[in-house]
Amino acid sequence: MTTQHITLTVNGEARDADVEPRLLLVHLLRDVFGLTGTHIGCDTSNCGACTIHVNGQSAKSCTMLAVQADGAEVRTIEGMVAGTELHPLQQAFWDQHGLQCGFCTPGMIMQAAWLLDQNPQPSEAEIRAGISGNLCRCTGYVNIVKAIQQAAGELQASASAPAAAGEAVAAEA
Amino acid sequence: MIPAPFDYVRPGELEDALKILSEREGDAKILSGGYSLLPLMKLRLAQPALLVDLRDITGLDAIVETDDDLRIGAKATHRRIHENETIARYPLLHDVSGGIGDPQVRNWGTIGGSVAHADPASDWPAALLAANARIVCRGQNGERIVEARDFFLDTFTTAIEPTEILTEIRFWRRPRGQGGAYTKLERRVGDFATAGVAAIIRLGDGGSIGFAGIGVTGVSDSPFAATDAEAALAGQRPSDDVFRAAGEAAAGMSRPVSDIRGPVDYKRAMVAELTVRSLRKAVERALAYS
Repeated sequence: MTTQHITLTVNGEARDADVEPRLLLVHLLRDVFGLTGTHIGCDTSNCGACTIHVNGQSAKSCTMLAVQADGAEVRTIEGMVAGTELHPLQQAFWDQHGLQCGFCTPGMIMQAAWLLDQNPQPSEAEIRAGISGNLCRCTGYVNIVKAIQQAAGELQASASAPAAAGEAVAAEA
Repeated sequence: MIPAPFDYVRPGELEDALKILSEREGDAKILSGGYSLLPLMKLRLAQPALLVDLRDITGLDAIVETDDDLRIGAKATHRRIHENETIARYPLLHDVSGGIGDPQVRNWGTIGGSVAHADPASDWPAALLAANARIVCRGQNGERIVEARDFFLDTFTTAIEPTEILTEIRFWRRPRGQGGAYTKLERRVGDFATAGVAAIIRLGDGGSIGFAGIGVTGVSDSPFAATDAEAALAGQRPSDDVFRAAGEAAAGMSRPVSDIRGPVDYKRAMVAELTVRSLRKAVERALAYS
């Protein structure tokens, strides 16, 4: 089995690796690049803990090969923070107690970020449908939904006040 | 879970992909979104020696209406289909594409991948059967068009040859007076259908049913057209009694197995009920498009 050379951008940084075709993208991120914020939960594309963005689309990285991401722009939970400032979604999960054990949180935040990118003002039903591919075994969905609602409000407010500080991050999300 | 080792190529042209398939006949599998194939490879239920990734082949994802057809390229994702303006006028396809898996799956999973994979509980095959869709299979010597009703042969088994690539699905263009719907039962979001029923109804002169197509998934070795239900509907005026008779006929043709999703009798009862619900919606939509 020959390895293949791949190059990709991870959280804005150019990366490359020699990989076996069977290497899963989540293993590339965690084991090769050391980005362990992306979690492996069910490993069967059910739970969404491994959710990341590939070319702006949310994806379950346990169900994608590293070679499929050759040339792609990848964003993980590590790419959400701007310097020391938490992304509004990260801050909202903190404020609203949107996590208990925290295992689902990175995937939940990445999926929520994609959702808000598609639909900046989702209803509660739209939020619940939007995170329907992400499971929280602590069943903390009520506070997760509240956190996403808080972040949606803040991202909207900052989008309409572009002069304020830190909004480049929000606009990029 | 790690798949067994395999080789991987990503040709830029369809012709190159077809050449590789011929050279490696029976050894190679086509990779599209990967959301059906990779889980099976991780479980080692599938162990292809070579994956041919269609990612870089352009022109396989168009959604266009011609004089007769609605044509959907094999690489169109469920999400793109669901959000497409033309598909908004095809309620059956709109229903199906919005309910497959979860948002992440719909971002990457493709119609061609689902159809070629032919999971016995997947959603698209039921719609293709109900709508009498045609499936375009491309080989090195040209195209072959296979009727959906001749395509799904058995569990994970279709009429496509190992040297062919599924390039397009062709539905008939929607005429006035036609409506469709898809209803499925799932234990939770993202699970495969316990049972799912796709219906297309075209109302003829005087409001009677001119054409009825019923596709059923989840309750047999492969999705099937419920021809007994179609016969019970043809020429009848739409009513709940007629829908119930069709539901019973569809249930009678089902061959479910008892498993974690429920016992045989329950699944049959669900097929009957889902048939009624899909028919009610399909007729409502047919009337709204007269």
